[in-house]
Amino acid sequence: MTEVALQAVELVRRIEGVVSHTLVNGIDLAVNKGEFVAITGPSGSGKSSLLYLLGLLDAPSEGEIMICGQPTSKLSETERADVRLTKCGFVFQFHFLLPEFTSLDNVLLPMRAAGRMTEGEMRERGLTLLGSLGLGEHANKRPNQLSGGQRQRVAIARALANRPEIIVADEPTGALDTASTEQVFSILRDIADQGQTVVVVTHDPALAARADRRIHIVDGKIQEITEQGSGELVCEAVS
Amino acid sequence: MKLLFNIAWTHVSARVRQTLVGMAGVAMGVGFTIMMAGLMQGSQIDFLRQLVDTMPHITVDDERRSVPTQPAEQEYAAVQMADIANVGKRPGIKYPESVMSSLRSWIPGDVTPSVATSAIIDHGGARIGITLTGIDPRREVQVSKLASQMREGKLDDLSRAPNGIIVGEALAEKLGVKTGNTVLLVGGQGTRLNSTVAGLFRSGLKRVDESQIYSLAGTAQLMMGQSGVVNQLRLRLNDPMSAQKVAAQVEAQTGYRSVSWQEANADLLSTFTVRDFIVLTVMGAMLLTSSFATYNIISTITHEKRQDIAIMKSLGMREYAVRRIFIIESIIIGVVGILFGWILGYLLCYGWSKITIFNPLTGTTVPLQIYYSAMHYVIAGGISLLCCAGAAYFPARKATRVHPVDIIRGAS
Ligand SMILES: Nc1ncnc2c1ncn2[C@@H]1O[C@H](COP(=O)(O)OP(=O)(O)OP(=O)(O)O)[C@@H](O)[C@H]1O
Ligand SMILES: [Mg+2]
Repeated sequence: MTEVALQAVELVRRIEGVVSHTLVNGIDLAVNKGEFVAITGPSGSGKSSLLYLLGLLDAPSEGEIMICGQPTSKLSETERADVRLTKCGFVFQFHFLLPEFTSLDNVLLPMRAAGRMTEGEMRERGLTLLGSLGLGEHANKRPNQLSGGQRQRVAIARALANRPEIIVADEPTGALDTASTEQVFSILRDIADQGQTVVVVTHDPALAARADRRIHIVDGKIQEITEQGSGELVCEAVS
Repeated sequence: MKLLFNIAWTHVSARVRQTLVGMAGVAMGVGFTIMMAGLMQGSQIDFLRQLVDTMPHITVDDERRSVPTQPAEQEYAAVQMADIANVGKRPGIKYPESVMSSLRSWIPGDVTPSVATSAIIDHGGARIGITLTGIDPRREVQVSKLASQMREGKLDDLSRAPNGIIVGEALAEKLGVKTGNTVLLVGGQGTRLNSTVAGLFRSGLKRVDESQIYSLAGTAQLMMGQSGVVNQLRLRLNDPMSAQKVAAQVEAQTGYRSVSWQEANADLLSTFTVRDFIVLTVMGAMLLTSSFATYNIISTITHEKRQDIAIMKSLGMREYAVRRIFIIESIIIGVVGILFGWILGYLLCYGWSKITIFNPLTGTTVPLQIYYSAMHYVIAGGISLLCCAGAAYFPARKATRVHPVDIIRGAS
């Protein structure tokens, strides 16, 4: 049967303050291993906030996130960091590469931080990843010597470095032109097809249409889940 | 660790000018501290050497440290023995030759007998209270450097002049006497003695030069009106630093009060302690201040690298690992700074040692005394490194505490 890679249970994220604000308001979600999920919704609806929670970058006010069946709400900050390092790969709208490092060194960073491979193995994997994303000859260039699309692909290679179960991407193509957007998206699609789980936030309906499932969020709640797998559309209204 | 070092290196090497300023700060702090330590300890050791050369290392005199409890006092508390200590005649040390030969058998040094009394020296109306020590000129060389401190005349001249005395240069100046002049000595018992200034000495210790005079033992006994008495033994040890220990042993053996040079100069030595404390505080403050530039750099870097910190944390690097990057940066600055500081410190010490000053002991100009010690380098370096690590720790902790989400939201 299909394995659940990522599960959110009654997820709530609130910002306490003079005016309290609920960014994520009770989300239940299960993403299968190898599934490609697109999250859509109007600006300010809480997509990024949800993604930060799913990627353990942020901690929920209520609810639970299970990564590969492991609950995470009781983990310490250090343990959460370890989960991020090995189980979640992040891609942001902005590439967020370290400016002083070459593409290869940026890709090697998570592997070096994890320290589970020899330097030789890490370099080999880093070069393979860059090569598979069409960046073979850019391995020794620094971010400011690359185009926006190339930087974003380096960022994807970095997210994939430690073979995480889950890749979360927040508008990874938001700052890219059409050609680069297409390239990045097909890479993410391939990743999912190879068995890794991909959750991506996007504004682009055409891209969202290529996901296995589309989750539409409004005001921090799931408004609609659209199953798009194998051509038939299964619409399901929640709330 | 290699990764952290790599990141740290990219940060500092991208800021050459700032890094150099930080290193210069550390180098100056360490260099000046080493210089100060060398100067301070040099002058201190120089002074102690003078003290040890001039003073007998141990003085044994004919007093008991405290009046022993009298048997009658123990039996009948009502019986009070008033004023046991001698006021008039000094008892002297009993059988001094046998005491000395028994001391010579075990002390690592030598001992001579002498006669100490106080008197007033009178010359043309000027009267000054002094300590008169009657010595044996032939044996004096074994226990003091007096012979080499003579500025005019020789020790042997004591026996040539009638009631010859040797006077400190400073005292002679005060009295306005010269070698060959006659002065009047007035003793405690009212003894009056015309004596001839046979020579002048200068020890370099003001206290000694202004109030100590030497004569033959016989002359001193004459002043006391007690011929043949020996009331002081003066010891010189091979190792002056062992004086306190040896003095205690001598006192235990002989029963006579034995005062080491340290005890006799306790007030002086305690001012050293205060001085040391002040100097240490100043040096510590100097090292601390020298790490301020480092603090500044690390603060700047952590501020500029807020986004990188957020990225590293979001990728899953642990907070303390990220923090360590900045501490490593500060240690890189610190270590290089310290190396240059050591060189600077050595050069400064070397430069000072080329400067000559007037030495009152010899009346010549001599180089400033610098004490070179590896300990100075190790301690200055160690403290400086700690200061640098501390200077990095606080800004690094503040910067790495940030929540990556806050930065990521702000940036995209
Ligand atoms: N720290 C905060 N304090 C208060 N409100 C916040 C805070 N962070 C985010 N918000 C608000 O929470 C809501 C959800 O933000 P979020 O970034 O998740 O939206 P989004 O769906 O990703 O929007 P976009 O498509 O523009 O990226 C927004 O209305 C935003 O203003
Ligand atoms: Mg967003």
